[in-house]
Amino acid sequence: MDITALKIRDMRTMLDKKEISAAELTDAYLDRIDKTDGSLESYITVTADEAKAAAVKAQQVIDDGNAGVLTGIPLAIKDNICTDGIKTTCASRILENFVPPYNATVMEKLNAEGIVMLGKTSMDEFAMGGSTQTSAFKKTKNPYDQNRVPGGSSGGSAAAVGASLCAAALGSDTGGSIRQPASFCGVTGLKPTYGRVSRYGLVAFASSLDQIGPVAKDAHDCAIILNAISGYDYHDGTSAKLDVPDFTAKIGQDIKGIKIAMPKEFYAEGIDSDVREAVENAAKWYEQQGAVIVECSMPSLKYAVAAYYLIASAEASSNLSRYDGIKYGHRSETGDSYSDLVCNSRSEGFGDEVKRRILLGNYALSSGYYDAYYGKAMALKQKIREEYAEIFKGCDVILTPTAPTVAYGINENISDPAKMYQADICTVTVNIASLPAISTTCGYDKNGMPIGMSIIGKHWDEASVIQAADAYEKQFAYQPAKI
Amino acid sequence: MSAYIPVIGLEIHAELLTKSKVFCTCSAEFGGDKNTRCCPVCSGMPGTLPIINQTAVEYAVKAGFALGCDINKFSTFDRKNYFYPDLPKAYQISQLYLPLCINGLVPIEFEENGEKKSKNIRINRIHLEEDAGKLIHDDLNGVSLADYNRCGIPLIEIVTEPDIGSAEEAKAFVEKISLLLQYAGVCDCKMEQGSLRCDVNISIMKPTDTEFGTRAEIKNLNSIKAIGRAIDFEIYRQAKLLDMGKRVVQETRRFDDNRGETKSMRSKEDAHDYRYFPEPDILQVNFTDEDLDAIREKLPEMPYKRLERYLADGLNETDAKIIVNKKILSDFFDEAVKTYSNPKSICNFLIGELMRRINLGEIELEKLPFSAEGFAKLVEMADTDKVSKNDAKDVFRTMCEKGGDPEEIAKAAGLLITNDTGKVLEVIEEVLAANDKAVSQFKNGDQKVFGFLMGQCTKALKGVCTPKVIKEELENKLKSI
Repeated sequence: MDITALKIRDMRTMLDKKEISAAELTDAYLDRIDKTDGSLESYITVTADEAKAAAVKAQQVIDDGNAGVLTGIPLAIKDNICTDGIKTTCASRILENFVPPYNATVMEKLNAEGIVMLGKTSMDEFAMGGSTQTSAFKKTKNPYDQNRVPGGSSGGSAAAVGASLCAAALGSDTGGSIRQPASFCGVTGLKPTYGRVSRYGLVAFASSLDQIGPVAKDAHDCAIILNAISGYDYHDGTSAKLDVPDFTAKIGQDIKGIKIAMPKEFYAEGIDSDVREAVENAAKWYEQQGAVIVECSMPSLKYAVAAYYLIASAEASSNLSRYDGIKYGHRSETGDSYSDLVCNSRSEGFGDEVKRRILLGNYALSSGYYDAYYGKAMALKQKIREEYAEIFKGCDVILTPTAPTVAYGINENISDPAKMYQADICTVTVNIASLPAISTTCGYDKNGMPIGMSIIGKHWDEASVIQAADAYEKQFAYQPAKI
Repeated sequence: MSAYIPVIGLEIHAELLTKSKVFCTCSAEFGGDKNTRCCPVCSGMPGTLPIINQTAVEYAVKAGFALGCDINKFSTFDRKNYFYPDLPKAYQISQLYLPLCINGLVPIEFEENGEKKSKNIRINRIHLEEDAGKLIHDDLNGVSLADYNRCGIPLIEIVTEPDIGSAEEAKAFVEKISLLLQYAGVCDCKMEQGSLRCDVNISIMKPTDTEFGTRAEIKNLNSIKAIGRAIDFEIYRQAKLLDMGKRVVQETRRFDDNRGETKSMRSKEDAHDYRYFPEPDILQVNFTDEDLDAIREKLPEMPYKRLERYLADGLNETDAKIIVNKKILSDFFDEAVKTYSNPKSICNFLIGELMRRINLGEIELEKLPFSAEGFAKLVEMADTDKVSKNDAKDVFRTMCEKGGDPEEIAKAAGLLITNDTGKVLEVIEEVLAANDKAVSQFKNGDQKVFGFLMGQCTKALKGVCTPKVIKEELENKLKSI
């Protein structure tokens, strides 16, 4: 039996029954990383020594009978989540050697649970991209076909889970960055409601949209991790002062009678027929189980990508201004004046995609253009939220494809940013409306590439999307990546 | 030079006296070793987030109340983006669209051509924001170093309408603002330490013009005197340009204190585009009426209230205003009255003696070597004849020089009057015994010798007893013989 392919629940049982030790589990993953990650390139940093030490500590806790759900479970962390004393690069040259002196709140919570961190996973630079090919360090491959991209920006996390190089991982989702790579890599990714998980220590891309969430083998494992990382945090003023429910509570409950909406715009032109069919088949399955399919419409979807890129880039242009080479991060060797030094440091430190978005964001916020771009985008944000509110009046969850296509070939889209951006059409509205959504595999195309579907829930109702995804997963013929 | 009407508006930055910074828990105290009062949040580390200090919000609202503003029940923060090495995030969290306070009104009094005048200055807004750090330029080594201790100190920016018409008005306004903020307890207003700073927007127009002229902005004036000088120079400069048929350029200028001139810093074309947008990391501030009432109740006694109280206590208006117009003096006065509740008497000694020595430069109000309690005790001693009115001034001089307790100083100098009747009678008896001739003269109806006997007693009883008591006791004694 390959223990690295197990679900978190099964590992838990084995650890608690002493059928395996935390050290053995950790070593199994480290061995596998050693063997396969040279080509897959899902990790930027593997923290083998720290992981082994954490496993020893975790075993002590297990032996003492104090184990929590995640004690001794080896996880991978996206490299834009700050880890005290461990490099956090955001896959950017500008933070190549940045070692945070503090932990993100989610890390504090996971460490308190006794997890074993295996390392930091690759991503698109500053989470800007959907392919992990804008990473300055590790351009991660898809575990199902290494000539294809793993999606992004949490491509490293999704590929590592898909290739069993960790039990589960944390990603971050600003416009689909957890769900889309989860769908490309045949795993399950959950973007929580905005405010559910503290953003403190998540290196900001677009503050009003960013949210940390789990990438795991299935919805149940996602729920287990979400249980551990959720909750109000004093350090994040936008985190919600709400009690955290048990996100596994609805798992296994009958889905009969739940109303599933399918806004027609998500199934229109631009969505590959393979993808559309797979999601529609999943809808049929739900219907057979007694769910009610509701037809509905989201007229503003056609503007969503434009609105998203304006808002996200505007916030990013401001969030990324702090990388000036003065306090930390890359500093240019040249530049006699302050402005030259900042200019050179940023020109050398940032990749093309990041520069493109900084330019776009600055433009959108410039005096004279603000109303036409940022102002309009904010109005659209309001409109999209209203349309979601309207749809949710008649349903419990919404079902959409996660991405218009399956994973595409490396470098296939990268030269055409507009095409790349348009591929986010299925995911960005969820962030704009601050909603929770999960992506899970609903089928495979003729090449065996996974197809993802997204289940979107009402605000704070992660439990229902987990319930719906789990129900489907339990009967789904999962085909693990052969790696 | 033609007659022009100056049109002046001010932007005043005041640092709030909160214990911690506005978006993190670092100490907000002035000074400290370089970069010892900063943390990942205020030094702009990746992934950190601002948490709003509710006390800072409360202080800003208090400032709003003190300046007669309306408080916005719904207020938001915005980012002001620009690169500068003292600004670690490369944006300042400020308030552009919905500031905490709007529409204030501040009455000022000032002198113009020897005439006392008063006027109301409208406040456009007061908003809350964060201060930047400080740069230290090491010319010897050719480097600039950044100190982030000041990063994130809460600031309020007070923006006036263009209601100010002269340097005198501007100075009176800044003094009034400083007074109000100090009374509200939200800012110590130490211009020399930078806790109160002022930018001046100024243009001039002909009386017949219907539109304002082109304005210049003079940045970072750090004394009341500099504000006045900068305005006077700028009026002169702009008038000269217009008189020569030239135009005033819209620009930012700096005041050179040594030369008494303003100099161009950057023109409108080089002006920053701050790319303001709503701060996504901070939720909006919402107030209920109850919240605002609670803050209003916490507002300390403001100057006009104090003036009313002093007048009710019997102080004359001139003296009362002198005291009220310096908060530290007024606090000293109130403290003294707590020890000896005779406001008029305390006021007389304070205006007559304390202010005289301050004006002579012998002592500083900020660093008095004695307490208000000691001061009050001295006034009470003089009022209750424990020390003569004249000797009280000598005792006060010693207090100014060395500090100390007035009673002990008076005692050591032999100026203390004990009114010890036992001792008085003893001395009278001695004097009478030694002057039996004079006593018989008096007994025989020679009233003139009373003066002689009185003189003898007074001499022997100096510092023990007041002449009034001696006179009474001596009369009684002589009657009984």
